[in-house]
Amino acid sequence: MAHIPDGVLSLPVLAAGTLAGAGGLWLGVRQLGDRDIPRTALLAAVFFIASSLAFPLGPTSIHLLLGGLIGLMLGWKAFPAILVGLLLQALLFGFGGLTVLGVDLANMALPGVLLAMAVRPLISAAHPLRSAILTGLAAALAVLITAGLVGMEIALSEPAFAPAVGVMAAAYLPLSIMEALVTAFVTLYLLKVKPEMIGASAMIGANP
Amino acid sequence: MAVDAVDATARSSPLDRLDTRTRVVVAVVLVLALVSLRSWALLGVAILLGLVLTKLAGVSAGQTIRRLLHVEGFLLILFVALPLLTRLPPFIEVGPLSLSLPGLERAITLVLRISAASLVVLALISGLTPIRLGHALGRLGMPVRLVQVFLFAIRYIELLRAEARRLHDAMRLRGFVPGTNVHTMRSYGHFIGQLLVRAVERAERVNEAMRCRGFAGRFPLVTLERFGVVDLGAAGLVCLVVGLALLMDRL
Repeated sequence: MAHIPDGVLSLPVLAAGTLAGAGGLWLGVRQLGDRDIPRTALLAAVFFIASSLAFPLGPTSIHLLLGGLIGLMLGWKAFPAILVGLLLQALLFGFGGLTVLGVDLANMALPGVLLAMAVRPLISAAHPLRSAILTGLAAALAVLITAGLVGMEIALSEPAFAPAVGVMAAAYLPLSIMEALVTAFVTLYLLKVKPEMIGASAMIGANP
Repeated sequence: MAVDAVDATARSSPLDRLDTRTRVVVAVVLVLALVSLRSWALLGVAILLGLVLTKLAGVSAGQTIRRLLHVEGFLLILFVALPLLTRLPPFIEVGPLSLSLPGLERAITLVLRISAASLVVLALISGLTPIRLGHALGRLGMPVRLVQVFLFAIRYIELLRAEARRLHDAMRLRGFVPGTNVHTMRSYGHFIGQLLVRAVERAERVNEAMRCRGFAGRFPLVTLERFGVVDLGAAGLVCLVVGLALLMDRL
């Protein structure tokens, strides 16, 4: 439920969120060199596909947000990549609104990018277990912060919703645990197969 | 009059006579106006107008209903919780639960607003192909590199989805059944990891091929669309309707 429909948020909240999304997008596009265009686009495509995987959870299933992993692999360029995913989800599936795209972008991308920035220097193929635990924690925290942001925005727009937001936030707990495990396993895998894709060295030489 | 340069065989509806840029801008303006409306009567009119737009766009009734149900699903928890949990003056008290009138009113306003907005988006935006939207966004002034990322992603999603399908088939052939357990998480972790590795390797090959051809971060955006009289008329009409609605809402 990271997608907010059109019409829920009040104009001030909409303006503030859009500004945050646009700011991150500006930073991301500025870092986007000619050589990064195919890589960012292909990774955006993978995240679009991976976030449509249905993970069984008891009788239902849930979809991953992957904000932490995207932030880890793309840095600020996660903003353009996530925007592509959101645009396509809005266009093809009708998920989320049009005017809230900037807000959704900030909710999804900002926690992942900032947390990834914090853990990236500590990730290396020499310490796979430590790296996996750190990325898993970052991914789980990113989900919870995203949930918190969504809840806060709804509560600020419609103060009467505030008590209901707590119920919604609880629904994100199982998702954050799943994100943590999957992200940790992806990290272990990448550190074994292609360590230069993730961690401290990933961002060096990414620009032309 | 707009002709889709990329997909000339795409079926066209009356709304396709508009420039794609007009459609995008009009949709954003209409939805923003809806957010600030409070009168139920006006929101009702907006829903009727939205239904007319979906007819004009050639959206089937079934698709319209599906979209509305999907959007309303988001609100279900909030809609139930709002009248029950809100701290506004209570209306009816049933044991520990209190149904509040202001809460109910707000919930109804919200449902009307969200329905109207989703109808507008369904009619004006959802019928567009991703490529058409990408080109329109580029011509509206979205940064060129961002448009390139969008267009590249559309191009490669199908290819990578085929790759994902092959990987998934291979997993299934080895007897993989997803469940709520760590094994599933590990398997999907490796699956996503492998997909990422293949995507990055493919990106390197694409990048080398592009550089051989002198790619410098931009493609020409080819289109036959022109901002014409129809667009001017539509834009004027929308401005009039929005202005009138906002005025009536304040009075």
